[in-house]
Amino acid sequence: MKFLSKFYIVIIFLILYAPILVVILFSFNESGSLSNFTGFSLYWYEDLFRNDEALTALKNSLVLAVFSSILATVLGTLAAFSISRAKNKYYRRAMESVSNIPMMNPDIVTGVSMMLLFVGVAQFAKAGSYLGFWTMLIAHTTFNLPYVILSVLPKFRQMDKSLTEAALDLGCTPVQTLFRVELPYIMPGIVSGLMMSFTLSLDDFVISHFVSSPDFKTLPLYIYTQTAHEVKFSMYALCTILIFVILFLLIAVNVAGSMGEHRARKKAGKIMMGGK
Amino acid sequence: MKKQSVFERIAAAPYVAWSAMFIIGPLLFVVFFAFTDANGSFTLDNILSLPSYSHTFGISLGFSLIATTICLLIGYPLAYCMSRMSERARNVLTILMMLPMWISLLIRTYSLMALLDNGGLVNGFLTGIGLPKVTFIGTEGAVILGMIYDFLPYMVLPIYTSMTKLDRRYLEAASDLGCNSVQTLFKVVLPLTMPGVISGVTMVFVPSISTFYISQKLGGGVFDLLGDTIERQFQLADTYYIGAAISLVMMILILISLAIMNKFSDGGEDIIV
Repeated sequence: MKFLSKFYIVIIFLILYAPILVVILFSFNESGSLSNFTGFSLYWYEDLFRNDEALTALKNSLVLAVFSSILATVLGTLAAFSISRAKNKYYRRAMESVSNIPMMNPDIVTGVSMMLLFVGVAQFAKAGSYLGFWTMLIAHTTFNLPYVILSVLPKFRQMDKSLTEAALDLGCTPVQTLFRVELPYIMPGIVSGLMMSFTLSLDDFVISHFVSSPDFKTLPLYIYTQTAHEVKFSMYALCTILIFVILFLLIAVNVAGSMGEHRARKKAGKIMMGGK
Repeated sequence: MKKQSVFERIAAAPYVAWSAMFIIGPLLFVVFFAFTDANGSFTLDNILSLPSYSHTFGISLGFSLIATTICLLIGYPLAYCMSRMSERARNVLTILMMLPMWISLLIRTYSLMALLDNGGLVNGFLTGIGLPKVTFIGTEGAVILGMIYDFLPYMVLPIYTSMTKLDRRYLEAASDLGCNSVQTLFKVVLPLTMPGVISGVTMVFVPSISTFYISQKLGGGVFDLLGDTIERQFQLADTYYIGAAISLVMMILILISLAIMNKFSDGGEDIIV
């Protein structure tokens, strides 16, 4: 039984990783063949980096991910703060269900609905070209918001109310309390929300597909247009790079998450003990 | 009770404004376009023309149901086996299961295509051992395989999470009271892990029924799924209206099935991965 279950796990994970490993392996293949590995070469990587379009797409992706994740983190943290303080049950529920909408809807519906919003507004305003960086920024911020709220809200809820009360009693204004007591406490939630938003934004294809224009292409959109008609080996190289970047980010998030929590606990402990 | 400070009240204002404009607003526009014609006047034509897409609805539903069922049949035993491993092995396996979720769907689908392509490794292997080539791309099987491959982790992780939360003492009690292991599985483990199953089924079904990249790549353009149809309507300005109508119906169908499934899980904890 034990052997069977191990065997089953190994088989499924092999199948799960086989295609990814094939892509990584064949991105180093000298010849443009998918069935014969003729020799190790970095040709396809050079091919990729000779191409300005790929580098522009990478730059666009990073710019968009940085701005949308920061914007979503600021808005989402403020929202989580307010939801956690709200006395009105219905208000709280309404806020939470609205923030769930982009998570429950299939991506294609979110993308289409945003596109229709932009099209509709442009029609009313009689504007011409409207899709581009700004519409992408709005869309990415919107689908990132629920994830920020989800990672920050529980921190606000876990927080011991007496910490805030103590700060207020000792003469902090509510704003000072927020910055000196609450923010440090919820920081791990903010960091994980920010990193999650950043990766989601880098990764998104479906929603971007509907709200972008040909002059503002992100990396997934670039991959999409490049793979539309034929197999391109420089795309294997790009995919390989992305896989390793994601692996690195995933490890970083885990490490930062546990480190952040550790620090927050230390800090909260110090405040309780009355230290500076 | 302490009164809410001004700051606490206005903190949510930017978010409320944002979600009114960019979450609620777009949905209103979907409804608006679904009931409008190219001249901007009210019409039911878009909705009434939907029966001509019944074939599309049918195969999308069929493909995604088959993919979801197979994911469940593969994923449930996998989650069960994983949950019985040692803690170290479990941690490694969880990360290995999560990694594909963070790799772009485009990349994973594209890499599956690399394997199944006519000049790909599988066919290279088949010809290598003297068998004839098999055409995978453009078959139903390839599209469904793509859905299973892309979304399997979304089935396994929620089930695995509810497996690990399962109190071991229930299993011991069941076997003490005379259940054999099969009975324990069906009478104790399965009912207690139902919230995970529900959430896994949702997380596989929703993206499967709305996908268009998988069917474009692995279906070779032969199959027109709901996602493909919607995507195509939005390439040209004068078919936005019908695209909006299809999206609206799909959204309502999905919301209804989510509501039904939530009823079944009777408020089990949300599992967010």
